[in-house]
Amino acid sequence: MVLKLEHVTKRFGSFTAVNDLSLSIPESEMFGFLGANGAGKTTTFRMILGLLDPSDGKVTWDGKPINYETSHIIGYLPEERGLYPKLKVRDQLIYLARLRGMNKQDAAEELEKWLTRFRIPEYMDKKVEELSKGNQQKIQFIAAVLHKPKLLILDEPFSGLDPVNVELLKEAVLELKEQGTTIVFSSHRMEHVEEMCEHLCIMHKGSPVVHGSLKEIKRAFGKKNLIIHADFDLEDIKNYPGVKKAKQTPEGVHLQIEGEYVAEKLLKDIVGKGFIRKFVLEEPSLNDIFIEKVGASYE
Amino acid sequence: MNNFWIILFHTYLTKLKTKSFIITTILTVVLVLGLTNMSNIINFFNDGDGDDKIAVLDETGVLFEPLKEQLKATGADVQLEAFAADDKEAEKGVKEGKYKGLLILTFDANELPVATYKAMSISDSTSVTTLSGALQQIKTQLAASQINLTQEQLAKLYEPVPIEKVALEKNAKTEEELSQARGLVYVLLFVIYFAVIMYANMIAMEVATEKSSRVMEILISSVSPIKQMFAKIIGIALLSLTQLAVLLGIGYFSIKKNIDSMEGDFFSFFGFGDIPLATIIYAIIFFLLGYFLYATLAAFLGSLVSRIEDVQQMITPMTLLVVAGFMIAMFGLGQPETPFITITSYIPFFTPMLMFMRVGMLTLPTWEPILGIVILLVSIILLAFFGARVYKGGVLMYGKSNSFKDIKKALQLTKNK
Repeated sequence: MVLKLEHVTKRFGSFTAVNDLSLSIPESEMFGFLGANGAGKTTTFRMILGLLDPSDGKVTWDGKPINYETSHIIGYLPEERGLYPKLKVRDQLIYLARLRGMNKQDAAEELEKWLTRFRIPEYMDKKVEELSKGNQQKIQFIAAVLHKPKLLILDEPFSGLDPVNVELLKEAVLELKEQGTTIVFSSHRMEHVEEMCEHLCIMHKGSPVVHGSLKEIKRAFGKKNLIIHADFDLEDIKNYPGVKKAKQTPEGVHLQIEGEYVAEKLLKDIVGKGFIRKFVLEEPSLNDIFIEKVGASYE
Repeated sequence: MNNFWIILFHTYLTKLKTKSFIITTILTVVLVLGLTNMSNIINFFNDGDGDDKIAVLDETGVLFEPLKEQLKATGADVQLEAFAADDKEAEKGVKEGKYKGLLILTFDANELPVATYKAMSISDSTSVTTLSGALQQIKTQLAASQINLTQEQLAKLYEPVPIEKVALEKNAKTEEELSQARGLVYVLLFVIYFAVIMYANMIAMEVATEKSSRVMEILISSVSPIKQMFAKIIGIALLSLTQLAVLLGIGYFSIKKNIDSMEGDFFSFFGFGDIPLATIIYAIIFFLLGYFLYATLAAFLGSLVSRIEDVQQMITPMTLLVVAGFMIAMFGLGQPETPFITITSYIPFFTPMLMFMRVGMLTLPTWEPILGIVILLVSIILLAFFGARVYKGGVLMYGKSNSFKDIKKALQLTKNK
């Protein structure tokens, strides 16, 4: 049960939305799919869902093409709310689940469980338009998972949620993963991706620029973050060889350095200059990598 | 259950339960009941009101009784009351509302009747016409007896010239049949017109709502857009049939029940005396075909807009087509045999109304309506084929532009090159 994208390209006229994308996502894995706005994420999702046919390459699940025969194994949470505003929660979720091949009774039971789990059982008979944005998002999430899909596509699942609800949803997502669901997950919140995904891919203008496991990506990135808080003047450090970027903070500096060796040398040089309250070498955050890889072209 | 049926019944049942649908149905039922009971309603307001009596001041002393007899003989709905006092007092009675009007009868120099009619306003021409007709009869009789004509001679004078109308075409409808057909066709044309506009609009709105609420993306990731589009169209068709069945059923029984009170009314021009079954069947066939044609058009036009506000703008050209068809059909009711009508009845977008009008009004050879039906079926299939492709791409397009250029863009989206 592997989701495979092989050299997938999608062109709209002369515009290439996705260019030669190859991914392989095994069962029970959470895959982070990142990219700036317009990088081709939604187009890729639509190709996985079978809404769009790739211009080149193919998308397969378990070796077979994805089409309407297989739609019951896929769950999809679109980036924007996709619910009938005028329908009651019960009616529309059962309707959507039935379209994905679930029968009425099972859908009703599952729905009851999920609503209770998300602490909103009282919304069963409310219209969606009467709910707050965050609660609508929970309903949207239930719509994506109600029919117990094997492949779950989450496009910005946590947008519009408060921290408590983010935790609630995260737990649910992780549990689904434990149960063997393959999850493709897109978010602009790097800390969520960092926390939840082992593998990821960063898209930029239709092409994958970073691809692999989180650890490898960080290792390959090479650069590290160094935080120094000290009593003496750290102004000169900005020009120290091997320092890529420096940011002054009230208590000291945040540096981006080429590698560990820079930190070693630097520590030797500043010892004795005064009291060093903090000297921390950190792995680069996904945020740094993303900005470096994607943001470069904006500058 | 197959997804197609799930969508079909979901569309049907959800729409059936909406407040707007229930309210429109009830309002239309009230309207139908009102129209078919029009004479009862008018009578209801007239009865019990004593002011439709007319005071008669007969200065000749001999005219009142014959006039009353005459009115009774013709079955006119005018009540007379002899008034003995002078005209001042009678006028007072009219002003106070005791009488509808005051009729003063005198003789002229030739001993023939002369009348003056006084009322608060002279807008009520019916009573005057009735009175004048009756007086005319009396005058004729008086004048005849003055010149010593016998009743037989008088009858001879007034005997109407018989004109027999013979239609040379076989099976051609008689004048009576024509007016009978006209009424039914007129009403059914209205029904087709409103129903097609209303339900096509409903389809376009449905599609645009699903698209703008983005639920479309979820829907078409479980069901193919084409299946979804047709399930929706047929679901709404079922809804329309439900509504029409209620309205036609109630209208039919209401007419049957009130048939007596309608005769001699304006209904006789639009005679509903007996309703030809064939016309009703053709009406249903042409309504359904017209609906499918326009609904398919509406569905793919609706799929091109991203916001509900733009729906009306998008489907205006379609609405104009329906209106044009209706206008031509209305014109054709008077002259159903004009070549212009014959030709336009074969143009797909006009066929539903025009061919129905022709088949209802004229005696057409069977191949004509069948050709019309075939033309419609072919156009529906072609449009469905084209519309489905536009729809498939259209539902994925979000943007502010909503012009007919988008059709091309939508088609491009569905291509995989």
